[in-house]
Amino acid sequence: MANLAESAARATPPSVARRVRGLSDRAIAWIFVAPTIFLLLAVNIFPLIWTIRLSFTNFRANRNREVEWVGLRNYERILTDSDIWLTMQATAHFLIWTIVFQVLIGFTLAWLINKNFRGNDFLTTMIVLPMMLSPAVVGNFWTFLYQPQIGLFNYIVSFFTGVDPSSFEMIGSVNLAPWAIVIVDTWMWTPFVMLICLAGLRSIPEYIYEAAEIDRASKWRQFWTITIPMVLPFLMLAVLFRGIENFKMFDLVVLLTGGGPGSTTELTSINLKREAFEKWRTGYASAYAIILFVTVFGLASIYVKALNKVKER
Amino acid sequence: MSAYSVTEPTPRAKWAAGILVALYALITMIPLLWIIATGFKSPADAISYPPKVVFDPTLEGYVNLFTTRTRQTDEFLAANPPETWYEEIVRQYDMVIVGPSRYGERFMNSIIIGFGSTFLSVFLGTLAAYAFSRFKIPLKDDLLFFVLSTRMMPPIAVAIPIFLMFRSLGLSDTHAGMILLYTAVNLSLAVWLLKGFMDEIPREYEEAALIDGYTRFQAFYKVVLPQATTGIVATAIFCLIFAWNEYAFAVLLTSGNAQTAPPFIPTIIGVGGQDWPAVAAGATLFLLPVLVFTVLLRKHLLRGITFGAVRK
Amino acid sequence: MRHTKIVAAAAAVAASGIAATTAQAEELTLCWAAWDPANALVELSKDFEAQSGHTMNFEFVPWPNFADRMLNELNSGGQLCDLLIGDSQWIGGGAENGHYVQLNDFFDAEGISMDDFAPATVYAYSTWPKGEPNYYALPAMGDANGWFYRRDWFENEEIKAAYMEATGQELREPQSQMELMQIAKFFQEREIDGQTRYGVSIFTERGSEGITMGATGALYAWGFKYETEPGTYQMDGAVNSAEAIEALEFYKELYQCCTPPGYTDAYMEQSLDAYKSGQVAMAMNWFAFFPGLYADPNTGGDTIGFFVNPPQNVAASTLGGQGISVVSYSDKQDAALEYIKWFAQPDIQAKWWELGGYSAHNSVLNDPGFVESAPFAGDFLDAMGGVQDFWQEPAYAELLLAMQKRLHDYIVADVGTAEEALNKLIEDWTETFEDEGKL
Repeated sequence: MANLAESAARATPPSVARRVRGLSDRAIAWIFVAPTIFLLLAVNIFPLIWTIRLSFTNFRANRNREVEWVGLRNYERILTDSDIWLTMQATAHFLIWTIVFQVLIGFTLAWLINKNFRGNDFLTTMIVLPMMLSPAVVGNFWTFLYQPQIGLFNYIVSFFTGVDPSSFEMIGSVNLAPWAIVIVDTWMWTPFVMLICLAGLRSIPEYIYEAAEIDRASKWRQFWTITIPMVLPFLMLAVLFRGIENFKMFDLVVLLTGGGPGSTTELTSINLKREAFEKWRTGYASAYAIILFVTVFGLASIYVKALNKVKER
Repeated sequence: MSAYSVTEPTPRAKWAAGILVALYALITMIPLLWIIATGFKSPADAISYPPKVVFDPTLEGYVNLFTTRTRQTDEFLAANPPETWYEEIVRQYDMVIVGPSRYGERFMNSIIIGFGSTFLSVFLGTLAAYAFSRFKIPLKDDLLFFVLSTRMMPPIAVAIPIFLMFRSLGLSDTHAGMILLYTAVNLSLAVWLLKGFMDEIPREYEEAALIDGYTRFQAFYKVVLPQATTGIVATAIFCLIFAWNEYAFAVLLTSGNAQTAPPFIPTIIGVGGQDWPAVAAGATLFLLPVLVFTVLLRKHLLRGITFGAVRK
Repeated sequence: MRHTKIVAAAAAVAASGIAATTAQAEELTLCWAAWDPANALVELSKDFEAQSGHTMNFEFVPWPNFADRMLNELNSGGQLCDLLIGDSQWIGGGAENGHYVQLNDFFDAEGISMDDFAPATVYAYSTWPKGEPNYYALPAMGDANGWFYRRDWFENEEIKAAYMEATGQELREPQSQMELMQIAKFFQEREIDGQTRYGVSIFTERGSEGITMGATGALYAWGFKYETEPGTYQMDGAVNSAEAIEALEFYKELYQCCTPPGYTDAYMEQSLDAYKSGQVAMAMNWFAFFPGLYADPNTGGDTIGFFVNPPQNVAASTLGGQGISVVSYSDKQDAALEYIKWFAQPDIQAKWWELGGYSAHNSVLNDPGFVESAPFAGDFLDAMGGVQDFWQEPAYAELLLAMQKRLHDYIVADVGTAEEALNKLIEDWTETFEDEGKL
């Protein structure tokens, strides 16, 4: 394609060539951006507006009866529904703990790998594998690992602790299920945080350490005054991505616990799916979706502002 | 490595770090190895306790994955002796193969939708990223944030209007619909990633090319694109992996025709419970391309994952 | 695809030399759940293919996803299924939202009489509004929730003696729900042949309909009713009656005392799993699985026995089963109707039962040899005599999901009391019926 454009430019008479060349940067910019913007408008913004509209109705996509405007009733119902607040809590628990574990383990791994021991390349690849895999397929398989009587997870735990493997149920017990999903998500996504931290570590120019060395700063001090602040923007970016992803979390958890037992691990996405595609309360679910969107958008905006401040420092 | 460097850790620190990382890598690999192993177990071995690490490998899981079977009467079984090795495996349970399963189709759908949407999103994303990287576009930061924000909606929330839209446009359960949808979802990631790579390419190269008489297009094709190959490859892999692994849209918007493998694999059941060897076999085959990709292209991937921040 | 199909059809017409007016060979897709009877139907349908020249394709979806996916398919106006063997509760929505073709004219024209089918099945699987002679399906598969048990253990002298010692009673097929629990408690964590065994495997699944289908087995046996007066939607006093509370407490106790560990989200597959792996003495499941269980070379035959859902205050079973409907979005409705016509024939129905499907046709059920034809046949007739079904309202999915949540929260997650759970359920249901304009 490159050659074509070039030869075309050469073969055409000067006036045409000038016209092609004359295509202003601005025009090119718009030509390049337009398809993307158009697609995003068609598949994201237009539906978003439609969702807002639906959120004020009692529309049900599985019925053909008359649609009525119900004003803010859907919003009112959602915000006063104690069950929905419980799902928000379950989501917050999941979000916070996955980020805590992934940041701790991910950063530690990156820091160790950055020691550049032999074979670190190979091990990094191995560690990265889980995050490349389908959460649905893997989540489904973890239910097998979590089986109380035959599962490998329970066997390994009982092997090391001596606890009877059938005495605890990772996905069946109200106390353990929220941790069961945190464990699998941490297993899958720690490598992501690790890679970004690794990039951060590797981006630190060596001369800064050299300078610190000349100043006789201890390794410990170097770690806190150079390594951590330099990696922080990267780490924050990783947290942003993980935060958004896990706020949306659906596939892994729905296949692991299905939101159970009871409603213990019913994250907002799972709850929303029930309302929208099982109960078919489309209008109500639209209002729900808008509330979620506003929440995540608001939180992310604040966070990005903070991130930019850290970057500027 | 240079002869002396202040950041170079001591050999002992390297050893310790290596062992710790190797230990973590080992733990993280266990579930994956278990999937692969379970695929070659018989159903009885798969659910035995304590879990069997050593077992007689069998292809039963794979046979069950690719076939549908039914129980038959003794007379029928006696009258029709098994002809192939896979018939023989099925006969152990007094069953006969009645036809292929849907797994093959689902796998093909994953390939079509995955590659189709990856091509489109990388193509469009490269153009947009270049424009965002090089030109003054009004409200650029807002547009970029908007591009990113489209990924903030939970897929289930997006799926509500998309479901209605697809229904009225006849795109429900079609390959075209899914390709379009995945492209749109991937596009924001692609633009975000690629812009990072483009920003890393020094403007001087293009400017030199422009002075040499290249047009903007030529400068883009001949100078910028080759420089951005790593980033484009990395982006393509990410888009492909996303489309390959996506579940929420697929389970809601596809059914008999365009359903991909992820919603299908968890529904593989045998007689009396989930057929774990078959599920594991299906998972193995489905995960394998990604595993191979990751290992082969690890250089691109590991560098690419960090938005072009790492450049040596 | 389309192109090759037309070519193939043309070739078939040309080859057989039939005049162009004859119905052309179609490719029909029949959708159902993926389970034993579905495989039997594939076998049965070969006869239809041979007779009609049409080709049958099958789309079988596993139970946990079945309702979700098929209702989604219907709601998106999908053309995947020409024929759908849909769950009994879908009939209201199928009829009111125009997903199913009304079959009255077709039945009249082809001389198919609903009087030839068991009345309970016609009422449950075919009619909407309930009991009115508007038919949207032909009863395809009678089914109810029943029980099976380890006959080899129940007949083991040592175990019988131990049971007698423990309870002062004979170990036998339970005659009441309470006796069932007593037996389950006896087997719970008992060592038999060097392995720890458990009492019973029951439905506790959260995602689709499992726990509701399981718990209603107890609720109906205690005399549970959905409304104080049928058709009034007055639920207070019925849904939360003293009997209902007692029954729900019973089911929770049964779950807590007597199920194997890990069966917190168990439905049909897990129930079979628990039984076949030798963990439990008794298990509940749909009659549909019983032919397969009985035929199983390892765990079937003499070692297995069956019983109907034991009564407590009344004899009642939870209804399963499905009717076969023609999907209104199909453009091959004529061929689909041909299939139904073929399926309704008495000799095909007889073969259906033989292959492991539960025919609802009177000629099969009333045959003097029926009760003796399988060890569970008599129990099946008993069960079908007292079946009760969940709401079949167009809003059924919403009603069901509410019950799933309330029951799972109470029974498995151990939140609140039975009375609270049922009161919340009435609230949920009231809201739904208000939205529906029925209250």
